[in-house]
Amino acid sequence: MINKSVKNAEEAIKDIKSGMTLMVGGFGLCGIPENCISALMKTEVKDLICISNNAGVDDFGLGLLLQTRQIKKMISSYVGENAEFERQMLSGELEVELVPQGTLATRCMMAGYGIPFFPTPAGVGTEVAIGKQLINWKGRDYLMEEAFEADFAIVKAWKGDTAGNLIFRSTARNFNQPMSLGGKITIAEVEELVEIGELDAAQIHTPGIYVHRIFQGVNYEKRIEQRTVKRK
Amino acid sequence: MLDKDGIAKRIAKEVKDGTYVNLGIGIPTLVANYIPEGFKVVLQSENGILGMGPFPFEGEEDADLINAGKQTVTLLKGASIFDSALSFGMIRAQKVDLTILGAMEVSETGDIANWKIPGKMVKGMGGAMDLVASAKNIIVAMQQVNKAGESKLLSKCTLPLTGIHCIKKVVTELGVYDILPQGGFKLLERAPGVSIEHIRNATAGQLIVEGEIPEIVI
Repeated sequence: MINKSVKNAEEAIKDIKSGMTLMVGGFGLCGIPENCISALMKTEVKDLICISNNAGVDDFGLGLLLQTRQIKKMISSYVGENAEFERQMLSGELEVELVPQGTLATRCMMAGYGIPFFPTPAGVGTEVAIGKQLINWKGRDYLMEEAFEADFAIVKAWKGDTAGNLIFRSTARNFNQPMSLGGKITIAEVEELVEIGELDAAQIHTPGIYVHRIFQGVNYEKRIEQRTVKRK
Repeated sequence: MLDKDGIAKRIAKEVKDGTYVNLGIGIPTLVANYIPEGFKVVLQSENGILGMGPFPFEGEEDADLINAGKQTVTLLKGASIFDSALSFGMIRAQKVDLTILGAMEVSETGDIANWKIPGKMVKGMGGAMDLVASAKNIIVAMQQVNKAGESKLLSKCTLPLTGIHCIKKVVTELGVYDILPQGGFKLLERAPGVSIEHIRNATAGQLIVEGEIPEIVI
């Protein structure tokens, strides 16, 4: 098996350059690649275009890279919960492209399926349709949406092996799985990196062919955005 | 007039046993509290859950297990988890039987606006455009008049649209309406103590009232 393992986040992201397009996994703060975000913060890289369902909160997730002004544009479906984001967007420092959530996930996945575009009814008749090709198929209208082209996909998985095979945990799977398929180079940080042969081949969510670099992350905070509980 | 829980209780009567249901944020979330006991209803959360359960007990929260509102939740026995692309795949393929969501405006032709107010901070459409474009059965839970007393059931939406010709049923604090294929809000039921006159004044779009209109029973 090909060994995809790298030492740490710094090594994994070392050739990410200013102006590149990144897919960044997670939903809200759930399943975000914490180590790679921290490592990017320590670099001089800027003008990033980030494809991510959300933009983190002020002091966590992609919110950290907004604080350091490293992001030029966000492509997301929902960007509330972040005051710095709001400030940069209203002042024009940050470009924002809003994409329906299912379209966003599918455009990430398609890059890994070799499908250049797909028709979806989401957004027909709305401002999302402006400038897009509309096709009618069997009496229904669809928008043609393109696969994303991202220089890097940065995802977080639960377990992975040195061949790059990934298993996600619970709903932290979210955008991590479709994005793991879609990067020209996919970087996976995992909670537990194991040797080849230790994962059950039939339980693997993303086959290693899609993953170029993998490392075991450290110090996961796994912050909860909305702690909702019931009393015993 | 119905309060928020009243709207949720009335909508819960539309939920059928043995179905898959997606609940939006706000009043739609409350519907889960009023689904009759014994009904086998599977809740879908678009971040990738079928079989979403209630909030966890204190101390049992799992940061990796949240719903589409980013709240910590639990799984019911027999639940499944999948990625975001598949989650919207099952929505697009109309596998989900019923979608309940909120709205800022609904038009008499079934258009809906619920994601953007010009001049205010735009948070995004999330999964709303995907849901309204594909769901075969959508019920909107909303307040019929805004704080200024203006109707939100209109002949044409004024806010940026989320989807067109997609809403067939609306439940508000005042009544239950079908949106007819040829257009118009057909009043099916009225809230206890609310007159037809009151409803007429609170409906800017075309209101259709035929025969006796029963009161909502919840």
